[in-house]
Order: sequence, then structure tokens, then C-alpha cells
Amino acid sequence: MTMTTDMSADSYVTADGRTIGGVVMDLKNITLRFGGVVAIKDISFDIREGEIRAIIGPNGAGKSSMLNVISGFYKPQEGEVWFRGSKRPPMRPYQVARQGLARTFQNIALFDGMSVLDNIMTGRLNHMKANIFQQAIWKGKAEREEIANREICEKVIDFLEIQHIRKTPVGRLPYGLKKRVELARALAAQPSLLLLDEPMAGMNVEEKEDMSRFILDMNDEFGTTIALIEHDMGVVMDLSDRVVVMDYGKKIGDGTPDEVRNNQDVIDAYLGVAHD
Amino acid sequence: MFYREAGDFKTSYRDDNQTFPIRLDRMGYYILMFVAFLVVPFFINDYWVNAVFVPFLIYAIAALGLNILTGYAGQVSLGTGGFMAVGAYACYKLMTGFPEVSIVIHILLAGGITAVVGVAFGLPSLRIKGFYLAVATLAAQFFLVWLFNKVPWFYNYSASGQITAPERSVFGVMVTGPNTEAWAKYMICLVFVVALAWVARNLTRGMMGRKWMGIRDMDIAAEIIGVNPLMAKMSAFAVSSFFVGIAGALFFSVYLGAAEASEAFGINKSFLILFMVIIGGLGSIFGSFAGAAFMVLMPVFLKNVLVGGLGWPTDLAAHFEFMIVGGLIVLFLIVEPHGLAQLWRLTKEKLRLWPFPH
Repeated sequence: MTMTTDMSADSYVTADGRTIGGVVMDLKNITLRFGGVVAIKDISFDIREGEIRAIIGPNGAGKSSMLNVISGFYKPQEGEVWFRGSKRPPMRPYQVARQGLARTFQNIALFDGMSVLDNIMTGRLNHMKANIFQQAIWKGKAEREEIANREICEKVIDFLEIQHIRKTPVGRLPYGLKKRVELARALAAQPSLLLLDEPMAGMNVEEKEDMSRFILDMNDEFGTTIALIEHDMGVVMDLSDRVVVMDYGKKIGDGTPDEVRNNQDVIDAYLGVAHD
Repeated sequence: MFYREAGDFKTSYRDDNQTFPIRLDRMGYYILMFVAFLVVPFFINDYWVNAVFVPFLIYAIAALGLNILTGYAGQVSLGTGGFMAVGAYACYKLMTGFPEVSIVIHILLAGGITAVVGVAFGLPSLRIKGFYLAVATLAAQFFLVWLFNKVPWFYNYSASGQITAPERSVFGVMVTGPNTEAWAKYMICLVFVVALAWVARNLTRGMMGRKWMGIRDMDIAAEIIGVNPLMAKMSAFAVSSFFVGIAGALFFSVYLGAAEASEAFGINKSFLILFMVIIGGLGSIFGSFAGAAFMVLMPVFLKNVLVGGLGWPTDLAAHFEFMIVGGLIVLFLIVEPHGLAQLWRLTKEKLRLWPFPH
């Protein structure tokens, strides 16, 4: 995916015909410290509507910390997070989720005691409004809501091809399927920004191909904006529209895959550089 | 051969969501309801009511309550006895304070008051987990029982320090007091059990239950996908305490008739109900009933066998009863740590394939 269009415009069309809109999330001068350790140093970048944005970097570069800042799990000491045109006040993670952010985790964070369907249904919880008394009576609003949201979840289940394990407890599933169920849970929320933390970690080539196909289709069919962290360079360069490269908590590159690939700092960070 | 879902097609999500998706289960449920409401009341006598049915039904409510908190929401509680006492004393104060209001409303209000107290004692759960929370709820147990013994206002300054249920009736039928008929005691408990079990099932199959289970299975992930941990934990404490409070109110007003906090609602009650939940199966409505049945019926059964069948002296039988029940609990936990509900689930899995398991 090469891009020749002017990226400062409000929206533009990519080479494969997808429309990329305005800025959804804008991170301005984020600095995150744990005591004396500086995990993120003064990083700024933005994520545009409808694009696939990758964050890459060597181990310990601060990629996951960055994702945790976006999802509200870490609070940066300095800097501002702008989401859909307004500055985000300090928030608990569940409030961030209510704004329309969903994410998956590097080491799967599913609810092992629940079935696949129930796990995916939890993704809908910000869309279900019946109060505890309506739920206790069940008939009426709670049941209608349950069925309406079940239909949405079933679409996601169809899309990710996990119909056969719908009622299986998650604890019994193999790793690759768990990853897919976690993606389904995040997707069921119909997020305006989806964060994927190493969606392909520990997968074989075939599973990676499946996952790449799901990510592309998700972006294409539902127009979901995706920010992802990934180590497999081939995958990142093929999937993403724009790439942020981090090293030791600093941003060392930002641009299209081609630009990043030819950036000298990036090459140094990955291949090492002779210090004299 | 008969127990299977083949041929029983679900054409709507509503059908797919029902409590008993297999036809035979559904039939069994209807038959059970029919027998419980329309057969048992006509054949029941004082012994069966006081030894078996009423304690089973009341403990089932308490076990349902604790199961919501511990089994579904993952918050360990050792304060069940204390919360039952809150229900009992609240019911007593309401019954004596507003004699013209129906007892059913008093029992429900007693549940509501217990819910408020439960939320107050549940607040530490936001900071502490597991064993530490168990110790915090243990404090609730001792504090509440102490409070009810210490402040005479709670037992209306009676000389004995006991609370005694006045006579009250529902639809002209006496349900509390010494002159209550056996079937009336049974019926009022049964109605409460069926209604509350239905509520528990509705809450646990819907979004509330998913939030609770999310907090239980992985609280950080639950928070990141949008569960407010404060609301989820507090609602679990509130609903659980509501159930336990109703159990306490019924236990005092319908079953005991007269009670004293440290005797009727001591730490033993908390452990008894915790055992019911663990033996029955954490996170299972059926398990709450199975556990309550096990813990209530086993001693009665053993007593009948040892004293009635073998002719042993009562005191010897009583001690053996303790040993045998204790041994059975240990055996059960070793053989099936997930409780009777899991055994039942496995049996159903097997039955579904029987007699051709390939």
C-alpha cells in the first residue's frame, strides 16, 4: 500500500480505494514515567478514521505502554490525549471503553469461566441499558435487548468463523482460537478505535494469514479504525497504512511503510549501529 | 436415549436462551413445580416441614445469595450469618412496628435493609481480595451479632434478649407464630424460593451476571472492556445480601419463631452456607439447591438410619453423624472439586450420548 496523496488533508483515498477520514485520536507530547524509568519520552502521533496504524519497535521500546496510555490504563505524567476532537480528561479505563475504545491483550485476557458467546456478549455491555430491576424480571426490555445484541454478536461470530465453538467454555479452547474470540469480543463493541496488542504473537503462518485477513476485512467492511502492535515486520508492512516506530521510549520514525523502511534511524534501531 | 437435543430445533435466539433447552429437562421442571405446589402441601406433616422442607428451602435462598456473591462475582464472604441476622432483626422490628402491613412486604423490606448493610460491609472489596476480604466480612459477622445482642432497641427491650415472631397471616392464613399449620409454612417459603431462584437465574444469565463473572475471572480485563468495578461489586453485594436477608427473615419468622442472634446466626451459619455453596457448586443456581439439600438432608437421613434403623443411642448417633457428614464433605471435594452441579452436568453430558457414546 503506497500512498502518494497529501496526508495533511482532511480526508484522502488510498491506492486500494478506502477513504481515510480525519483524526480520531491525537496524542500530543506524551511522557510516561515509572519512578525513575522513562517509558515514553515526549511522543506525538495521530490516528485517522478508517486507517490501520501500526506501532512497531524493538523489545522494551514502550509500545505496550503507549497502548495502555491510549486505553486509559496508564496515566501519562505529561501530554494530552485528544479523542474525536476533544481533550480527554483523566479517566478510569471503563470510562474510556464507554467512549468507544476496545482492545485486545498481548497475553489473552478472556473470561475463562464463561462460554465463547458470553465472552463476546460482554463486548456489548456498553450498548445495553436495562437496569438491574428490568434484568431481574427479564421479560420486556432486558430480553429484547439481549436478543438484539445477540444478533450483532452472531454477525461477529459469523465473520470470524467461530460458529462451532459458540457454547464452548473459553478455558477449553486452543491458543489460536482464544485469540480469535478475544478479537470477536473487541469487535462486538463496534468500537470507533480498536487497539490490538500483538494479535499474531505465537501463531503459525496459517493462523497469521487468517488473522491478517480478519484485520483487513474488519477495516474494509466495517470501516473500523485499528491501531496495532506487531513484531512480524512482513505483516506490519503489508497491513498498515501508516507506521510509528519507537525505540527506548522515543519516536524514531513515522510514515508510510515505505518511508519507514528506508528511514536510517529505523534501520539502525533494528539492525544495530556501530558505536565508536 | 430420550435425553437429547436432537430433533429439538431452536429457531429463535429467544428459544436458544431458555433455561432448560432440552425437552426432558423442561418436562422435569414442570413436573417438579406441579408436585411442589399441588401435591406436597396436601401430604406434608409437622415433622417433614420442620426437619426437611422448610430448612431446605430457606437455606436454598441463603445459598443462592452467597453463590451470587462468591460463585458468580468471586468475592468471598464469611458474613452470611451476620447478614441473616440483619434480615431477621429488620423483619422483627418491622413486624412489631407496623403490625397492619403484610408480612410479605416486611420480609421484602428486610431483604432491602440487608442489601444496604451488605453494600456497606462490601466496600472494602474494592481494595482487598480473596482471604483478606474473607477476614473483613468475618468482622461484619461478629460486629453484627454483637450489635444485636448489645443494643436492647433491636429486641424491643425484652427480658430474655430474644426476638419472638408475632402471629401474622397472608390471605387469611396464619404463616407465623406457634399456631401455624405445616403446609402454610411450607407454602410461603416455597413461593419465596421459586420467585428468588427465578430472579437469580435472570440476573446471572444477562448482562449483570456477565459483569459479575468478568470481575471474578479477570477484573482488569473486565474494567478495560467497560465494567465499572465499583458498580459490579456493590451490586453483587446488594443482590446477595438481599437474598440472604430474606432467608434470615424467613428463618426467624417462619421457621424458628423465636431467635437470639448469637445462637441462631453465629459463625456456624456462615460456614454452613459456605459449605453448601462449595459442595453444591460455585457459580451454579442448581448447585445452590443441591448443596442446601445435601447439608440439610444428610444429617436427617443419617439420624434416621443410625437411630431408627440400627437402634443406636441418640448421643452416639449424633457424634457419628458429625463424623460421617464431615468425611463425606472431604470425599466430595476430592472426587469433584467443582461440586454436585458439575457431577450433574457430567451426568447429563453422558446421558445425551447414551447408549451410543461414539
